[in-house]
Amino acid sequence: MLHVKEMTHDFGGLRAVDRYSVEIRAGQVRGLIGPNGAGKTTIFDLITGIYKPTEGHILFDGREIGGRFPYQIAAMGLSRTFQNLRLWRHMSVLEHVKMARYSKIRYGLFGAFFGTPKRQREEREIEEKAFGLLELLGIGHLADQAVVNLPYGAQRRVEMARALASEPKILLLDEPTAGMNPEELIQMMEIIRRIHDEFGLAIFLIEHRLKMVMELCEIIQTLVFGQVIAEGAPEEIQNNPRVIEAYLGKEAVQ
Amino acid sequence: MTTLRDRLRNAFFQVPLLGWFFGTLTAVFLERFLGTPVAEALGLAKIPVLFGCDIILKDPQRAPGAVAYVLVIYVLPILCVGKLTASLANRLAGRLLGLSAGLSVIFHLALLYAGLHVWSEVSDYRILTLKLTLIAIMVTLSLNIINGYMGEFSCSHPGFMALGAYAASVFNLTFFVNHKLFGPSMLPAGLGPFMFPLALVVGGAVAALGALAIAIPSFRTRGDYLAIISLAFMFIVKSMIENLEIVGGPRGLSSQPDWADLPTVFTWTVICVWIINNFVRSTLGKALNAVRDDEMAADAMTVNTRRTKIVAFLFGAFWAGVAGGLFAHVLRYVNPSTFGIQKLAEVLAMVYFGGLNSVYGSIVGAVSLSLLGEALRPLEMFKWIIIPTLLILVMIFRPTGLIAFREFNVLHLIRPKL
Repeated sequence: MLHVKEMTHDFGGLRAVDRYSVEIRAGQVRGLIGPNGAGKTTIFDLITGIYKPTEGHILFDGREIGGRFPYQIAAMGLSRTFQNLRLWRHMSVLEHVKMARYSKIRYGLFGAFFGTPKRQREEREIEEKAFGLLELLGIGHLADQAVVNLPYGAQRRVEMARALASEPKILLLDEPTAGMNPEELIQMMEIIRRIHDEFGLAIFLIEHRLKMVMELCEIIQTLVFGQVIAEGAPEEIQNNPRVIEAYLGKEAVQ
Repeated sequence: MTTLRDRLRNAFFQVPLLGWFFGTLTAVFLERFLGTPVAEALGLAKIPVLFGCDIILKDPQRAPGAVAYVLVIYVLPILCVGKLTASLANRLAGRLLGLSAGLSVIFHLALLYAGLHVWSEVSDYRILTLKLTLIAIMVTLSLNIINGYMGEFSCSHPGFMALGAYAASVFNLTFFVNHKLFGPSMLPAGLGPFMFPLALVVGGAVAALGALAIAIPSFRTRGDYLAIISLAFMFIVKSMIENLEIVGGPRGLSSQPDWADLPTVFTWTVICVWIINNFVRSTLGKALNAVRDDEMAADAMTVNTRRTKIVAFLFGAFWAGVAGGLFAHVLRYVNPSTFGIQKLAEVLAMVYFGGLNSVYGSIVGAVSLSLLGEALRPLEMFKWIIIPTLLILVMIFRPTGLIAFREFNVLHLIRPKL
């Protein structure tokens, strides 16, 4: 479904991503691990169109998406969350989730200006869908709250609900458990499992916590300095000396 | 003190908007029929024209009379009638709302208009002040879309107003008036009042076209570009008009037909508030807030950010143009120097004083600063010390304005309060 071929990206003279390739099939859960600064988030930014790759191709459902605008890529079914929560501070939880259905709105400016019955109907439908998602993530009771008033774990869930509202085929999660305590971590894993089962979507996960990737993912890639140094099932990765070296240093391997 | 405040609040908490309208109507009719004798009895020469402010500031000796007049004619009747009719008004409001929300809104608007009409009939000065205040509401609201809802900083609103004012004037003068610059009228003048909405829309469209010229280069990136480009645009429009002899150059353009009467201005203001309020409450309009709060996230959530920004900018400019058209026809004279930096300061002050991201705020800001400007007129120079000081105080204690980030829910406003 998503096929990244030999993607390279340079920031000035720095090669942040070096001939990166990945293929994600429908319903697959994939992990991307690596030390800080390895280029994991840059890969997400490239796939979702925030940066344009210097070289290489990104195919989604067989169509080239490299160089398209982020909103076009998102509307095609490639949704993401951000590592450092990017919520809209003056908007309510419900408004967040409704907003992600922007590309599916059909009432147009005319409907927006004159409050036509078509608009009322569509807004109501969007609202019901949004409520459904919030319930699924266990934050339905917070719908009218302003996001800035919510605890961190709930904000993460809002972001997740927002990413799901655009009905993605692939969900890119950028460190969904960053800054969470062990209890919240277990809840988040539960949520990721639930949305995977519920919507049957593919999930591409960046994570620092190995426990989480090991439990959730079918295949894991390890990225160091923009290059994939290992790829395989969780057990293989866990025992791969190069991965251990990258994470713990040379002495640990010896 | 608190008990008194609580008692006052409890006493008037249950009065619905309809009740206050009944009170206002009573007050304005009272003034109409008893205003002059009451004013004479209180030692005033004539009916105080703007709630006695002019008298208090010009002639402090007569201040007690002016205060008494305001109490007797406005405050007491409004409070008493509001309180007395509360239960009736509640039942009526409930019945109307049950019948049809649209009908109820129209009924409220009719009462509001009736109140304003009777109040303003007392003097031409009141009519003019009221019309200019209504136009100020439109301009403030349209700027709030850009500076508040979208979070950019645009300085070109006087320019848009000028474009609208001149476009609508030229349209009307060419087609319906025998004018020294534009020759004899091309269509029968009797048709004019019916085509007046078209003239205003043409004014708005020309302003929106001007906005497109700013929007295309300045919405490529974020930052201060828009502020600079839009400020330049304002000066360009001003000097362009000054140098266009065909529209009168720096002498201005006059003898616009007298079609902007109070009902027309009121109707346009209501339409403007209605459409803008509709827009900002829809998900398409909320996209502006998303772009303002985090553009990257908005983009990642399928929002076409560039189109959203351009559309909102043109939309704001359109309403500024319509307001400009009305402005020209209210004064029946326009002059390019009206649309300069002072106008800009005035409009920006109204937006930031009233509150960002809020229709309520814009209405409150426009009305309060317009009326304050008129009320403090006798102070001359000191007016320009008092108003800015007030603005600074608001910025210190409420940085986003008096009533910011509040949704304007009309149905909430008109429902009965039991």
